[in-house]
Amino acid sequence: MIETKNLKKHFQIGRNQTLHAVDGISISIAENEILGLVGESGSGKSTFGKTLIGLHERTAGDAFFNGLPLPQKYTAKDHLRYSADIQMIFQDPYASLNPRMTVLDIIGEGLALKGIPRADIQEEVGFWLRRVGLHPDHMSRFPHEFSGGQRQRIGIARAMIIKPKFVVCDEPISALDVSVQAQVVNLLEDLKASLGLTLLFIAHDLSMVRYISDRMAVMYLGTLVESGPSDAVFFEPKHPYTRLLIQSNPEADPVLERTRPSAALTGEITSPINMGPGCRFADRCPEALSHCKSVTPEPRLIASDHLVACHLYDEA
Amino acid sequence: MGTHRLLEVSNLSVEFETYGGVVQAVRGVDFSVDAGEVLAIVGESGCGKSVTVQSIMGIIPMPPGKITGGSAKLKGSEILGLDAEAANQFRGKEIGMIFQDPMTSLNPTMTIGAQIAETLKVHRGLSTKQASEIASELLIRTRIPEAQKRLNQYPFEFSGGMLQRAMIAQSLACSPSLLIADEPTTALDVTIQAQILDLLKELQSRDGMAIILITHDLAVVARTAHNVCVMYAGQIVEQGSVDDIFYKSAHPYTLGLKLAMPSNVSQQNKKLEPIPGSPPDLFSPPSGCGYAARCPHAMRICHKENPPLFSDPSQPFHAARCWLQAPGAPKTQGLYQHNLIASHGQ
Ligand SMILES: Nc1ncnc2c1ncn2[C@@H]1O[C@H](COP(=O)(O)OP(=O)(O)OP(=O)(O)O)[C@@H](O)[C@H]1O
Ligand SMILES: Nc1ncnc2c1ncn2[C@@H]1O[C@H](COP(=O)(O)OP(=O)(O)OP(=O)(O)O)[C@@H](O)[C@H]1O
Ligand code: SF4
Ligand code: SF4
Ligand SMILES: [Mg+2]
Ligand SMILES: [Mg+2]
Repeated sequence: MIETKNLKKHFQIGRNQTLHAVDGISISIAENEILGLVGESGSGKSTFGKTLIGLHERTAGDAFFNGLPLPQKYTAKDHLRYSADIQMIFQDPYASLNPRMTVLDIIGEGLALKGIPRADIQEEVGFWLRRVGLHPDHMSRFPHEFSGGQRQRIGIARAMIIKPKFVVCDEPISALDVSVQAQVVNLLEDLKASLGLTLLFIAHDLSMVRYISDRMAVMYLGTLVESGPSDAVFFEPKHPYTRLLIQSNPEADPVLERTRPSAALTGEITSPINMGPGCRFADRCPEALSHCKSVTPEPRLIASDHLVACHLYDEA
Repeated sequence: MGTHRLLEVSNLSVEFETYGGVVQAVRGVDFSVDAGEVLAIVGESGCGKSVTVQSIMGIIPMPPGKITGGSAKLKGSEILGLDAEAANQFRGKEIGMIFQDPMTSLNPTMTIGAQIAETLKVHRGLSTKQASEIASELLIRTRIPEAQKRLNQYPFEFSGGMLQRAMIAQSLACSPSLLIADEPTTALDVTIQAQILDLLKELQSRDGMAIILITHDLAVVARTAHNVCVMYAGQIVEQGSVDDIFYKSAHPYTLGLKLAMPSNVSQQNKKLEPIPGSPPDLFSPPSGCGYAARCPHAMRICHKENPPLFSDPSQPFHAARCWLQAPGAPKTQGLYQHNLIASHGQ
């Protein structure tokens, strides 16, 4: 349903400086599938999501929705046309909600654009507020009157109310307590089953990503280092970065956490500004080989549907 | 450690005047923090965690907000209701704050470096040059790569997690004796999160900095906290050491939270179990226990009277606001079994 080929988004910062935020991502998400996207903070996950829905112009590469190419640069008309099918839940809930609009107008905006009568919108918004664990009375309030997690749920209701086909969820549950998280995740699964929804689920909570996703992809400095079925990536990670990530996943068990060694500080984090060739993880990789710094590893299929970009898996 | 009382909050109550009525966001909260202590506050979304710490910092918008009662003493002196100038004295300097929403404390029109340097100039009287040197050191300590270049960038050029780290750097600029961190690591991947938590722990053990850590991530609590307060509907419903809360939960809400987490077991995708129902309306909180409508153990008294915090005399530090913990109450098999389930994986 969604496919990208070698998608790139570079930012020009200052004179002669290029920041390779997303640097050649090829990915496909099947209809009715949840793809979890994890990775280092600053590795380009939000930028990838925003580029997919047309908030950033693509620097290079292609993107397809249901087999049809998406525009490289969206016009106002394109935004209107695709917003019925493609939505995004933003990482920063406050910045993405208009402070001067009531919750009713924010969540109901998509329906109003379709010309649905106000009374019906009100009813529908009330229904959705309840589905995300808020009260219909909250409708007349403004965003600043809500807690962080309540705002996040307003963003979820806004994206889902128009029954889109594909949603980019950027950290959609990070501000919720675990019980409300469970409620929202169950809601997403219900929508997946009842509406055939397809999701790109960006999050840092590895246990939750494993739980909800069919497949999981791992980003590091603008590139995809590993992707495959969620259980394979979580329980048998192959790329050294993925292994480091999974090993660092803390658990809700104080005794266990007290015995966990402190974070391994290996090497400087590589900068995405003006990058050269070679593996981007080479400066920190405990298993680096002699040619890792000069030759870029290509993604390689190591098991059915399991891709890894690392020289350790090169054919001998 | 553990003897020097840094902050003492008692009976704090906060309301908001809204279009629909008065929201009783915080209803009589007591807790204290010692030097070198990490106190975690967890609880339901919307239960009043941010409002509690924002009241202590004196940054609740008034009106519509109103502190209707209670006190907060920092090193023995009252800090609630200070005038703007007096509040500015301790804010940023004695108490550093990491906000849940980075953009409430970062100015979108100023570079990151200028903002951190500004804090240093105001509170520590440093020169521009000294301030920018320290700002760059702080970014390096919070693991932002290419700190020099990043100092000259604006907030919109940072990723969510980089903004969070910039804010952590800013809050640590004046070496505060208390750091209030409201969801400080939600946008960080687990490896950088571990490094940041280690940095905070180092400041806590080396310099005796105290930390109030608000988070939904129970794994972060397990890794970092000494003590924990669990909040529900504007009140503290359970408090104790981190081991008390995780292994001997005494309040049904705390147990409900633990049981709602996904388990890391391959192939076994049991449907997640949220706590049924929704929290009470804070416009007119119930007169009985705020959790009664959702509690599997609710008894007749629960609907009538709000329980006080009960504790076992042999362990006075571990307390729960639940009638099940009243002296002489029947000890339920249910709670005990849930604790077993919750601590041995599901
Ligand atoms: N508008 C912009 N202008 C310049 N640089 C940007 C812009 N937006 C993002 N970047 C840069 O692109 C890189 C990727 O950022 P992005 O927000 O996509 O990361 P992320 O993976 O979502 O991280 P996080 O997990 O911390 O949210 C970062 O180095 C960031 O500084
Ligand atoms: N300015 C305001 N006006 C009216 N109500 C408010 C205002 N600020 C907060 N509230 C209400 O006060 C209650 C407590 O909010 P608070 O932000 O403290 O929650 P929280 O525990 O931090 O939740 P979260 O985990 O979702 O961030 C919420 O029900 C919220 O709707
Ligand atoms: S390619 Fe080399 S440096 Fe990169 S992850 Fe693999 S072994 Fe490590
Ligand atoms: S007081 Fe009653 S209703 Fe409240 S948590 Fe305890 S048992 Fe449940
Ligand atoms: Mg992001
Ligand atoms: Mg909050």
